[in-house]
Amino acid sequence: MLKYILLRGLLALAVAFTVSLAAFFLLNIATDPAQAIAGEDATQEVVQTIRARYGLDQPLPVRYGQWLVGVLQGDFGESYYWHKPVAELVAERAGVTITLALAALSVTILIAIPLGALAALNPNTWLDRMALGVAVSAQAVPNFWLGLIMIILFAVMVPIFPVSGDDTWRHFVLPAFVLGASSVPAVMRLTRTGLIEVMSADYIRTARSKGFRGGALLRRHALRNALLPVISVLAVQLGQKFGGSVITESIFAINGLGRLALESILGADIPTVQMLIFVFAIVFVAMNLLADILNAALDPRIRIS
Amino acid sequence: MSKLLEIDGLSVALTIPTGRLHAVRDVSITLERGEALGIVGESGSGKSMSALALMRLLPGRAEATGSLRFDGADLGAVSDEAFSRQYLGHRIAMIFQEPMTSLNPVYTIGRQLSEAAVIFGGKSQREAEARALFLLERVGIPDPVARLSQYPHQLSGGQRQRVMIALALMLEPELLIADEPTTALDVTVQAQILDLLRDLRREMGMAMILITHDLAVVAEQTDRVAVMYGGEMIEEGRAEAVMADPAHPYTRALLGAIPRMDGAPRRLGAIPGTVPSLTSRPKGCVFAPRCDFARPECVEGRPPVRGGADHSRRCVLSDAERPAAMAAAPLRADHVAAAQVEAVIEARDITQVFTSRKGMFGARHTIHAVDGVSLSLMRGETLALVGESGSGKSTLARIMLGLNLPTSGTVTMLGKPVADLAPLERAALVQPVFQDPYSSLNPRRTLAEIIARPLVLRGEDDADACAQKAREAMEMVRLPARLLHSYPSQLSGGQRQRVAIARALVTRPQALVCDEPTSALDVSVQAQVLNLLGDLQAELGLSCLVITHDMAVVHQVADRVAVMLNGQLVEEGSCAQVLGSPSSDYTARLLAAAPQFRPEWQAAPAAEGHV
Repeated sequence: MLKYILLRGLLALAVAFTVSLAAFFLLNIATDPAQAIAGEDATQEVVQTIRARYGLDQPLPVRYGQWLVGVLQGDFGESYYWHKPVAELVAERAGVTITLALAALSVTILIAIPLGALAALNPNTWLDRMALGVAVSAQAVPNFWLGLIMIILFAVMVPIFPVSGDDTWRHFVLPAFVLGASSVPAVMRLTRTGLIEVMSADYIRTARSKGFRGGALLRRHALRNALLPVISVLAVQLGQKFGGSVITESIFAINGLGRLALESILGADIPTVQMLIFVFAIVFVAMNLLADILNAALDPRIRIS
Repeated sequence: MSKLLEIDGLSVALTIPTGRLHAVRDVSITLERGEALGIVGESGSGKSMSALALMRLLPGRAEATGSLRFDGADLGAVSDEAFSRQYLGHRIAMIFQEPMTSLNPVYTIGRQLSEAAVIFGGKSQREAEARALFLLERVGIPDPVARLSQYPHQLSGGQRQRVMIALALMLEPELLIADEPTTALDVTVQAQILDLLRDLRREMGMAMILITHDLAVVAEQTDRVAVMYGGEMIEEGRAEAVMADPAHPYTRALLGAIPRMDGAPRRLGAIPGTVPSLTSRPKGCVFAPRCDFARPECVEGRPPVRGGADHSRRCVLSDAERPAAMAAAPLRADHVAAAQVEAVIEARDITQVFTSRKGMFGARHTIHAVDGVSLSLMRGETLALVGESGSGKSTLARIMLGLNLPTSGTVTMLGKPVADLAPLERAALVQPVFQDPYSSLNPRRTLAEIIARPLVLRGEDDADACAQKAREAMEMVRLPARLLHSYPSQLSGGQRQRVAIARALVTRPQALVCDEPTSALDVSVQAQVLNLLGDLQAELGLSCLVITHDMAVVHQVADRVAVMLNGQLVEEGSCAQVLGSPSSDYTARLLAAAPQFRPEWQAAPAAEGHV
């Protein structure tokens, strides 16, 4: 098992470096960092000076190599824009984004799984149709729109929550709901189909013949089987929450990684963008790994002896 | 003292998109303490539905009516909640057909055994585990202590069914319902499980309802037999009486349809027609449309129950009118000429090795699925390839069909190596018929298209000629031409298997390879298909390789028999020689395990002289 996790960890690193390589070349083709640092009105000379100072006049593969050597030593470089080590910058902002992502995932779980279970236990009734309706509308509503509507409703018209910022837990309620809602449809549908399938399985009939019914049947025999696929999807969704935080953080003016990503892309702050992409890729792959480990722990059939 | 179980006028109806399906109609059964009752019937006869109604395990859209009394108490007055707590497991327990899927895959055997005993049975965890351990040992599971912490996927099918039996016995129920407990298992395991059930029943003084499609099993295991057809109980009585002197024409026909191991093979008594649709409730006898003895009054009203408590049936025929014992059926055409010299398919030193990896980084495993087997199919003969699951018989069949190339060894067809034959040439020589006619026919094509497909692929005939040949093939397998434009979903299992045979025969191949051609079919339908195969062979001089696990089928159709075990051929010889005096222990075990009719039931006496 340990060997398996180790191998998967190495695989995760390989993925992260591949992503960073692609990102590096794309960024440098799409923007000219020296021009961005110098400003739009700067003379060609100034731009050249900056280019030489930051080492931007060297060929791309050499620069990627330098970046890679730095990363392997734990040095992600210095931000062109903020003029401080990128790692420090990311560390400052990470806490807020992690809080937001976990809060959003909790929102997803708390809405999607009970809703999916209700629908599965009452298939083709009004409950089922209502759950499906909620899922379809949630899927159709764009994140930024839902964010603005929530602000108008619960921060402006009925001021229960603050409009923006990230100082107290109250600041996180609306953004977490907005970010979490986007994952509800997928998770709810998966819970529903998974549970419907499990409830018609032979071992559920066996459990019934032993005297189990209702909640006990669900808790003791159905839920674990039905949630196995849901856990995989939840882990992937958590990875997406980090990426999805770009829009939500901007709407609610939360100073997290998402907003940092947006700012550094606009400022052609390549070292910062590079590290963020690297971090997002690592998080994403790590979440997948976590899902696999969790699944192996919960399902003896895929456990490696 | 009241009877243990009294079922009176039980009916089960299901609401389906096209109307109401009357799965069980007015069934009445009584059971004494400690008694074993067999409920026999083909698929759709309502036998499982009756049991599920008693267990309150019917699907949500089903509705049961009628009176159920258990140990004198009216179950109609017991709430679902109370029934779950007081009856299920404690007094009535059930084991199911599918041992592979009936245990929860994510919990240990120990937990699944003990949980209900702790939660509902008032036992302590320690007591429950002790009982589980005792029962695992009793049902014959080696190393029971270690098993408690294992998961279902670590056990074989037979072991899982043993665990299911232990599970059912945890709280010492007074009634055990076994719904086709051995159908999914290998023959040798079947016999062990049935014997175990019988011993346990006697030891614990438990009553049992054994539900099965297999008359031979019922005859061996139970005191009384109830025969169901089309949702109704049409005959009921002491097992010996029913088997020796079946009183209802259906039971009689069903017994005639079973291939038997004793005596020379005879033509099977196939029942014409198919099982009736249960969506409309017929006024008269459910069997009347297929009955050879039907009379006008059969369709006018429900036939009366005749006979006494020992043996009764629902039929208009009085004792005097009952048909005499089935006349000895004529022998099949003896199609095999003296000595067969020409091999149609010849396999020499076939070895097939499979390698697999566990996960992305796991170690390689190699399995010798077929290990140095040589086998020839001679012109005009039927060769039966026998073995249990995992013996490599299907792998060998695919190789002999030319669908797979073996790891080593050669296959020749009419002297030409298969590797040199173009796929179309090979297909002209040999054609397959697969086990499951439900999944081996394309559901989106009409029968005409399915049957003509091999001709279209060859591209030798124009559309008219293809259609003509498809019609001929339909005729050959005795399918009415009006079905040409139907889809497989509109056919019964037996009809589908005929379509599969027609498709195989349309190019007039030299040989057929039939992989378990009847094991997915009901007894009466199996008889139709086996008769058809025999007839076709006589008419066309076909060579057949039949793969099966059923020794009675072997006895019925085979000229020669080859027995496989763990990828190797352990015995080969003429049918009479192998079945009569097997030289390998394994063959002998297979034969001993096959359910057989006891000698005293062989000669069915004339109808008179029963109560």
